[in-house]
Amino acid sequence: MGALRDCQVDARQTEDGTPLPPRASSIIELLFPFFFQKREKKSRGEKMLVVRKKMLGQSLLIRPAVSVLRSYSSSAKQMTVRDALNSALDEEMSADQKVFLMGEEVGEYQGAYKISKGLLEKYGPERVLDTPITEAGFAGIAVGAAYHGLKPVVEFMTFNFSMQAIDHIINSAAKSNYMSAGQMSVPIVFRGPNGAAAGVGAQHSQCYAAWYASCPGLKVLTPYSSEDARGLLKAAIRDPDPVVFLENELLYGESFSVSDEVLDSSFCLPIGKAKIERVGRDVTITAFSKMVGHALKAAEILEKDGIDAEVINLRSIRPLDRSTINASVRKTNRLITVEEGFPQHGVGAEICASVVEESFAYLDAPVERIAGADVPMPYAANLERLAVPQVEDIVRAAKRACYRSVPLAAAA
Amino acid sequence: MSTAFSAPNFSTQSLPLNHTSTTTRDSPLVFAKPTSQFLRSTPKLRLSSSSKLNLSRRSGTVVAVSDVVKQKKSKSTPTLLITKEEGLELYEDMVLGRAFEDMCAQMYYRGKMFGFVHLYNGQEAVSTGFIKLLKQQDSVVSTYRDHVHALSKGVPARAVMSELFGKTTGCCRGQGGSMHMFSREHNLLGGFAFIGEGIPIATGAAFTSKYKREVLKEADCDHVTLAFFGDGTCNNGQFFECLNMAALWKLPIVFVVENNLWAIGMSHMRATSDPQIYKKGPAFGMPGIHVDGMDVLKVREVAKEAIGRARRGEGPTLVECETYRFRGHSLADPDELRDPAEKAHYAARDPITALKKYLTENNLASEAELKAIDKKIDEVVEVAVEFADESPVPPRSQLLENVFADPKGFGIGPDGRYRCEDPKFTQGTAHV
Repeated sequence: MGALRDCQVDARQTEDGTPLPPRASSIIELLFPFFFQKREKKSRGEKMLVVRKKMLGQSLLIRPAVSVLRSYSSSAKQMTVRDALNSALDEEMSADQKVFLMGEEVGEYQGAYKISKGLLEKYGPERVLDTPITEAGFAGIAVGAAYHGLKPVVEFMTFNFSMQAIDHIINSAAKSNYMSAGQMSVPIVFRGPNGAAAGVGAQHSQCYAAWYASCPGLKVLTPYSSEDARGLLKAAIRDPDPVVFLENELLYGESFSVSDEVLDSSFCLPIGKAKIERVGRDVTITAFSKMVGHALKAAEILEKDGIDAEVINLRSIRPLDRSTINASVRKTNRLITVEEGFPQHGVGAEICASVVEESFAYLDAPVERIAGADVPMPYAANLERLAVPQVEDIVRAAKRACYRSVPLAAAA
Repeated sequence: MSTAFSAPNFSTQSLPLNHTSTTTRDSPLVFAKPTSQFLRSTPKLRLSSSSKLNLSRRSGTVVAVSDVVKQKKSKSTPTLLITKEEGLELYEDMVLGRAFEDMCAQMYYRGKMFGFVHLYNGQEAVSTGFIKLLKQQDSVVSTYRDHVHALSKGVPARAVMSELFGKTTGCCRGQGGSMHMFSREHNLLGGFAFIGEGIPIATGAAFTSKYKREVLKEADCDHVTLAFFGDGTCNNGQFFECLNMAALWKLPIVFVVENNLWAIGMSHMRATSDPQIYKKGPAFGMPGIHVDGMDVLKVREVAKEAIGRARRGEGPTLVECETYRFRGHSLADPDELRDPAEKAHYAARDPITALKKYLTENNLASEAELKAIDKKIDEVVEVAVEFADESPVPPRSQLLENVFADPKGFGIGPDGRYRCEDPKFTQGTAHV
């Protein structure tokens, strides 16, 4: 056994559009997934790519376990990321009259992804502005308004479209405080979905975390859960500097439990501080946005193999929480960075450099970098799955970092 | 409301410039003689006695070319356009702009100024004509050719000169440079290197004015924004995007095109399908005006109308000023492509000389008074250079300052601890 199986394209989707993983083709696969892995001999270069052989059924096994874990606390409230963002916007707009929302379809359409639902009725068309399709124009208008003390929240329908406005995000928003020696601060938030969605093709699937995070003068935030979304968006709106707020379309419909603290209207999370989602001893896995979910699932799989992974939700790409990452690496001595974007000059590269600079003596294994494939995103569903990191890749990388090889076929 | 040209009959007929446009169509390969269009049009302008300044309130019609001041004066009753004080103020501002830019060139060749320096010689009438009508709270957004806009708006000459020298006493503490002049106090919002980048910023500043009036209920907030940019910018997408949105939302902005016919070495005629920029205003629903940008009084009259329109909430205006830069695009530009005859033609229409002539001929000022102003400005510029020379360079600690207004991020409270760790942080202030 152990033959490579092609992924069956499964068109099933959940209500909010997240595609379900393909079905297992036999009961044995379902029960004993590990015996059906194929051992790969990868070159060092290939390790950097995500060329993976799909293990059918494994994700199916893990999924229910995770959702059970999430909802075990019956007293905690469940909130989707979409509602979290909507409530954060609502509260900030009601607290400060200078906050206004601007973007395509944010008003009458209730938001392209329904994030700004209900805001037009509540605040009126002067504060929730439907713009024409002019990213460069309205991003610049928002920066000009921010110069005079207003607090715009600019929504890009996806961050791919922000490339049309990138001149204003970087040249006029990020650099203005510096060029004017502190006279013109720009309290603006650019937000929108970032990264790959499901089957949207190359021009709608790029992750921009690394691009914006390389620019001084910007703060780049990447929420994962509802708590992150709420806290970071509120912090971003109150922050007097330009913030690039990278959400993820596939996370909008996901529910997370939130405590009462999170629901409080002055709840804010600090910008520049990562969260340790899962404490561990053996290997550190850093991730942001959707990949945090994958990393947590991978951690559970690894636990069965006796590897106790520590998962760090970065939350803030710029400023990067180097101290948390380094402290964690000094504890576990092994690091895996996970991101969705292109590998070259990516977030993982920066984290690896930071760890090598600061905690080199503590590393027991080379840093493993998991990133999206170094190709524009393909359309075909099976290719798309190959181009984006999956849970199995994280598991394999963790095992490589722990020098444990993947077991061969059914040699029980 | 009254205009200086209170002519009883408004002519909305086609403009004299339309004749030249058909000539362009007939011989599309005019770029061999790029200056011919405007050279030919100007004499027509002077002789056309029927065209009056006409700002139509209806957004669809194209307005006529502004009249010639001197001609009107000789024909009809000599109503002066300016008082003596205003005249001297305009003269002083233009001479300051000219002397400052000449000094910049000197300093550059002596190595005290470096990088990109774009000089404004010859275009002073546009800056003075428009900016001298503004209040302090009105905003100006400019391009890299922004020294004189800064001076006209009120930034002290010494602050601008130190900024150019890269000293810490500059208006941006030496961090911006020639192309990035910002002044919060004088509401000069830059100073942008990318052409077209300042236009959306200006539109945003105008948006703020409207927002303050309508949402924040700051009554009578009638701040106007001026956006200055060149002919090359008028082919850029951001220009059209902002014309659209400014007209759509009726923002209090005036788009001022300083059409000096050249974008570095690219002639406007070679780069633009329809070189008459003012016609692009009505396409978006705002008036488009063409004015002789070498005559400060004409510019001032048009500016009064346009700024008044914006202040009253009637929306944006597009003003095309036909002007010329006497020097190259920047001090590094050898300026080989421009026809010397064209340069001589515009040098003869030097705005400062023209205003001087107007003031003396109408007995608003004597030669001695004007000479005294010249001398005074020379001193101001000398003092500015000395001040800049003696100022210190920025300290090393300044390198990392001002990247963020709040480097720690909001989530850190005033005591330096994370807000979420503070047990009292849930006492909410927001009302949902």
